[in-house]
Amino acid sequence: MSGKERDVALKLRGITKKFGDFTALNGIDLDIYDGEFITIVGPSGSGKTTLIRLLVGMDKPTAGDIFLRGARINDVPASQRPTCMVFQSLALFPHRTVGQNIEFPLKIRNVPVKARRQRAMELVSLLHLPTDFYGKNVTHCSGGERQRVALARALAFDPEILFFDEPLSALDFRLRKTLEKELKDIHRETGKTFVYITHSLEEAMVMSDRIAIMRAGEIEQIGTPDQIYNEPINRFVAEFMGEVNLFPVRAGSGGRLEATEFDGTFAAPESGLRPGQEGTLMVRPEVIRFLAPCEAADCVLEGTVYNEYALGSRMQYNVRVGDKMLSVEKLREDRYTGDLDSKVLIGWDVEDSRILAAGD
Amino acid sequence: MQSEQNREGFLCSLPVLALLAAIFVAPLLVIFGFSVMPGKTFSLLQAPTLENFATIVNQTYYQSLLWSLGLSFATVVILLILCYPLAFAMAKVFGVFANVITVLVVLTLFVSENIRLFGWVLVLMKGGLLSGGLNAWFGFQMDSLLYDVPAIVFGMVYVYLPFMLFPLVLGIAMVPEELRQAASDLGASRWTVMREIDLPLALPGILVGSMLTFVLCAGAMAESKLLGGQKVIVMADEIETAFTYGQNWPLGSALSVVLIVLIGFVAYFVLRRVDLDQILGKV
Repeated sequence: MSGKERDVALKLRGITKKFGDFTALNGIDLDIYDGEFITIVGPSGSGKTTLIRLLVGMDKPTAGDIFLRGARINDVPASQRPTCMVFQSLALFPHRTVGQNIEFPLKIRNVPVKARRQRAMELVSLLHLPTDFYGKNVTHCSGGERQRVALARALAFDPEILFFDEPLSALDFRLRKTLEKELKDIHRETGKTFVYITHSLEEAMVMSDRIAIMRAGEIEQIGTPDQIYNEPINRFVAEFMGEVNLFPVRAGSGGRLEATEFDGTFAAPESGLRPGQEGTLMVRPEVIRFLAPCEAADCVLEGTVYNEYALGSRMQYNVRVGDKMLSVEKLREDRYTGDLDSKVLIGWDVEDSRILAAGD
Repeated sequence: MQSEQNREGFLCSLPVLALLAAIFVAPLLVIFGFSVMPGKTFSLLQAPTLENFATIVNQTYYQSLLWSLGLSFATVVILLILCYPLAFAMAKVFGVFANVITVLVVLTLFVSENIRLFGWVLVLMKGGLLSGGLNAWFGFQMDSLLYDVPAIVFGMVYVYLPFMLFPLVLGIAMVPEELRQAASDLGASRWTVMREIDLPLALPGILVGSMLTFVLCAGAMAESKLLGGQKVIVMADEIETAFTYGQNWPLGSALSVVLIVLIGFVAYFVLRRVDLDQILGKV
């Protein structure tokens, strides 16, 4: 996960895909490293499904090249690529049992029946499925069981790269959380390269070594979950990464910023904004504190608490500053104890804020 | 609530049930009754006997039955091979163009079967459209293609093609595209996808199409009469003769009963494997 140089398993250069006049992918460059768990995240329509179809071989790019360990594979059909995909619908074969589904890729390769069965049983236990599931009708399996069967079938194929097209999206919240972690464990267990597509950033954060954020057919930012979370390059990425306070500021004299939508000046993080220039300041809700009277902070604002919301282990507050609502998040034990609508001071440390590039 | 709905449903279907009882079940019962009457009688009040069935076995009537079943079987096999690729293309490849083919195929059903078969007589007869045309243009001499078994099979294939094609299209359309992609992604060649995914999952359509055409062919006689020139006497032909020229209702009834029971068995075994609701659109 850290430090050591890894080989590039899959290299994308200038991948473009057009459907008629519509450009679904616009010049994507991406390196996917051996053994990593990379997640491609984007809202619907961002082109992520189109991208994965190209990577799997179910479609061909209009322009650009895909290299698998240095060999160009643009025109190699899916059936001849050493990669495979877990479909959003899972695409389990309804006329086959759990065991026959898992053995399918081995049967195609004429693996002898005994070896096939042994491998299937290994995978059944790796994925925590009961051993008597071998002969079970897949259509009688629950959602979570079907996920595991689909993953086992893909692993039986022994792919160099395993692709996932939002397979967890249809499951309920708790099962999804369990399977996300399980998937990450399987990734550790097998050491294979996982490429995962989802529209859910939470899912990406839990599982991935790296995250690529897509918008409108282009990759906006690639990095580790920490990098993406702490150093989003623009408003789109910042907002995609969860609740965030964003407000326009202008660099004043003496290295201070002033908010343009309400009264307030703060210390400026390293920004590169020249005096008079405008930018967007990002402050995550969890870095904002309620200040005790006379308590100091790098940046201080005065506002009123508008409302509070319980989020399980955390509490969230909307604080009105001028006409602007700022979001503040606290652990339950640090919760705000005063009344609604009473005046409060909120503040944050300058290194927890960040200037985003102008524009969106 | 449930039982009330059931009662309403029963009341609504009462007219149809009455009609079916009068025009479908009653004649069948009469046929079954006559089949155990002594030969050449027109009364249902004689002592029952199995002599008609003995006649079928002892005389050559069983040959007609074998011909009917054999011709039907051959027709079904040929239709399967002919229609599967077309049905696959209509379900998966052609898109809107498939509707044009559907309309064209359905249009042929607007013309009476006999008239269409007479058309083929004109084409296939000696000096007809085909042999005459070849002779005139290329000096190629050929005999009539009519009045033999291949011509009968050809006629059946031609007439019953829609009844195989449309169930196949429905059956193949039921195979989810993602399953085919997944199989191929897991390394399956096109042939393997067809063997492992398409055929098993389209089986309901394949079975229904085969059964429909088999049943229709087994009861057909126009093809053997018009194109086969009665070189082969099929079962339906024997039944007609027994009832008309033969004036032997009991024998005709017994022949009918044999055919009905045989086809009934085929239909039963096929339909047991098929969920008709699934094919005819889920409710």
